[in-house]
Parts: sequence; structure tokens; C-alpha cells
Amino acid sequence: MEFDWEVVRYAVPLLAHGVVMTLKVSVVAAVLGLAIGLVAGLASLSRIRPLEWFVRAYVDFIRGTPLLIQIFLVFFALPVVGVRLPEFWAGVVALAVNSGAYIAEIVRGAVGSVEKGQSEAALSIGMTRPQVLWWVLLPQAWRPMIPPLTNDLITLTKNSSLLSAISVYELTRAGQAIISTHFAPFEIYLLLALYYYLLISALAWASRRLERSLPAW
Amino acid sequence: MVNSILSVRGLSKRFGERWVLDRIDLDVTEGEAVTIIGASGSGKTTLLRCLNRLETPDAGTVSIAGQVIGAPSGERTLARQRLLFGFVFQRFNLFPHLTARQNVALGPRRVLGVPAAEAEARAEDELRRVQLGEHMDKRPSQLSGGQQQRVAIARALAMRPRLMLFDEPTSALDPELVQEVLDAMRALAADGMTMLVVTHEMRFARSVADRVVFMADARIVETGPPGELFTAPSDPRLQRFLRHLEPVA
Repeated sequence: MEFDWEVVRYAVPLLAHGVVMTLKVSVVAAVLGLAIGLVAGLASLSRIRPLEWFVRAYVDFIRGTPLLIQIFLVFFALPVVGVRLPEFWAGVVALAVNSGAYIAEIVRGAVGSVEKGQSEAALSIGMTRPQVLWWVLLPQAWRPMIPPLTNDLITLTKNSSLLSAISVYELTRAGQAIISTHFAPFEIYLLLALYYYLLISALAWASRRLERSLPAW
Repeated sequence: MVNSILSVRGLSKRFGERWVLDRIDLDVTEGEAVTIIGASGSGKTTLLRCLNRLETPDAGTVSIAGQVIGAPSGERTLARQRLLFGFVFQRFNLFPHLTARQNVALGPRRVLGVPAAEAEARAEDELRRVQLGEHMDKRPSQLSGGQQQRVAIARALAMRPRLMLFDEPTSALDPELVQEVLDAMRALAADGMTMLVVTHEMRFARSVADRVVFMADARIVETGPPGELFTAPSDPRLQRFLRHLEPVA
């Protein structure tokens, strides 16, 4: 079998569109997912029982079902109850809700691992639980959150390829379109892998920079 | 009792099957410095922690400055009542992400709602009071243990508590750093601060305390002025406790 350089030359600029869409989907979903995860993580630490149960059920559901099914649920099931989202937003919502659950666990874990004496000291100067969380525990939890959060954002970026299943024209979908007209699956999938790899490497590099820039003590 | 600022009645606490506090009664008068001594596991630390509700007692009442702690119940009430106590921990528990000044200013700023500049000024006053005027911008990791513990004392003082609780404040310190912390506490007592100090420093108990409380087996078994208690102990457990200390003291 010959490696078809011609199709590669042809595909590179076409796939660039896919890269832009993958980036767009991932960035928007990551921002939303971080917000959901932070809120859900704090809710699970709130000591308000109904909130804690709700978050637990949410995390449990997300962890216990495949992402592809979650994407289909958002895309096909929500319209049944009157919520019709375009492909892009259905994909973003599915990815964000999915990563939000994992991020909630990261937030909960990082805050929970701050030494117990810190909470006690904060309580002893008259702080309420929310104040303890906000002024004492969270500031100490950011830095240890970075490595697991990076893992999650990497997963999210890779998972965005599943949105090809609901016709979001992201990187994987763009590649499939080329394959269907030029029948060069080996070259194109190899190229896709390379594109994803470069994206993820850039993300990992940025995360290491960020981690180093956060204060340590 | 007149001028009793702290009044403890029947305070009891159980960890599993074991009673660590058994019907404790204790009164502390305004301006009084009281030390609590006793073997490890006798309940001293738990007693302090039950006073400001870091630990929830199983029975009994604590009232300070006329208020019964935990009544009416609720997180916010409790937080406000905790302000009446200052608490100094064995392991300092300073906030590592904040400088000394920020550690002390955080409470006034966020809990008492004092304006930022005023909170900082108050923090600086309290830090100077414990001889740390030179170290205000350092983080806990840049300070020695003795300095950290003095920042912790300043942090508690900045809330203007009615009663200071010290939980073995020198036990986690290297020997050469103990004195500076004791000096700060001595100065505080001389200023008329009401203090309840759990300690193993018998010299401090002897020289600073107005009254010494000896705990054993989850109870207060003997209490009196240091002169009496150390020279003429009546309870056999206290006699044994003091005999064991003799070689080191």
C-alpha cells in the first residue's frame, strides 16, 4: 500500500476548519464545564443535604453512562421536552455537563484535602462555613487542582471527536468527510491523530505554565 | 460567683464508648489566668475545644459573658459566639497562603467587616504587640515556629476576644523557641487578658497562673492557686503527676 501524500496535501487546509471548530467546542465546553464543576463541587461541600444528594446523583449518572449516550440524550431527547438545541450547542452542553461532573469531584477532593486545622482556625475567628470555604480552603485548593483539571480538559478535548456522531463539523467529522470522498482512511486518520496530539500537547504545556505561575508557599 | 466571665456546668463529651469529659464544672473570673494541667488523654484539649464548639459536647452548658453557647442554635449564632473566644492551636494553623499581616487582618476584615485599611492597621498593632513588627510581610513558611505561634496569638487577639484559649501552645516548638511564646503570653496576662491555658510548662503555670486546674480521667480533680497546688497536692494522681515531672522541671 502506498502512502498518498497528495490526499494529505489536500486535507491539511480542509482539516484546519475542523481544528477551529474542535477548539471552539472544547473551549466553550471547558468554560461551562468548569463553572458547572465549581458550583457542583461547592454544593457538595455545602452541608445542605438536598444539594449534596443532587450533586451525588448527577455525578453518579454521568460516571455511570457513556458519553456518546449523553450526547444523544441532549441532541435527540431534549427536543421531546421542547428544548431544541442546534448541533453545536447540543454538543457543547453534553460535553460541559459531562466534564462538570468530574470537575465537581476534583473540586471536592482538593478542598477536602486541605488540612483540617485550617478550617478549625478559620472557625475559631468566627467564620461561617461559606466564609471558611471561600477565604481559607479554596485559595489553598487551586494549585493542587491544576494537574487533575488538566487531565479532564484533555479528556474533554479528545471526547469532542464524539460530536461527529451528531454532525458537528469538528476535526473528526471533517476527516470523515474527506475519507468518504477520497477513500484514504489510513492517511486521514493518521493525520487526525497528529492534529489531536498537537492540540493536547499545547494544552498540557499551557497547564504546566499555569501551575508554575500559581503561588506556592 | 462574681465577675465570672466563663461558666461551665456539667460539660461532658464521649468519643465512642469512652467519656473524655465527665461532668466538668469550671468558672473563670474576668482577668484571671488559669492553666489546665494533667497527663495526656486526661481531657484537657477536648475541654478547650468543647468551649468554643470546635467539638460538640454531649451534655452540659458553657456560658461566656452571659451568653449560653449554642443557644439559640444555628450556624450563624455559633459563629458569632465563637468570636468571644480566641483560640491558639498547638500546631499554629496559620493560613499558609497569606502573609502574617493578612493572617491577622482576615478576621477583622471578613468577619467583623472592618474596612481594609483599618483591618491592616489593627493587624499591625497586634503583630507589634507580640514583637513581630519586622515580619509582617512574611508568609508562615518563612517564619520560625515561635514566630508563627505569635502570629497565631495576634490573629486571635485581633478579634478582641473576651477569653483566650491556649491549647498546648508550645508543645510543637523546638525548645529554644518556647520562651518567646511564653513571654508573649506572660505579657498578655499582665495586660489583664482572661486566659485559659492547657500546658505542660509547669514553670509557666507556677509563675503566671492565678489558678491551676488539674485534670485526670476526664474530670477536674483538683484546683487551686499554684502555690498551694504544686507544694501541697492532695489528690494522689496529682502527687504522682508532679513526681513524674520533677526530674525535668
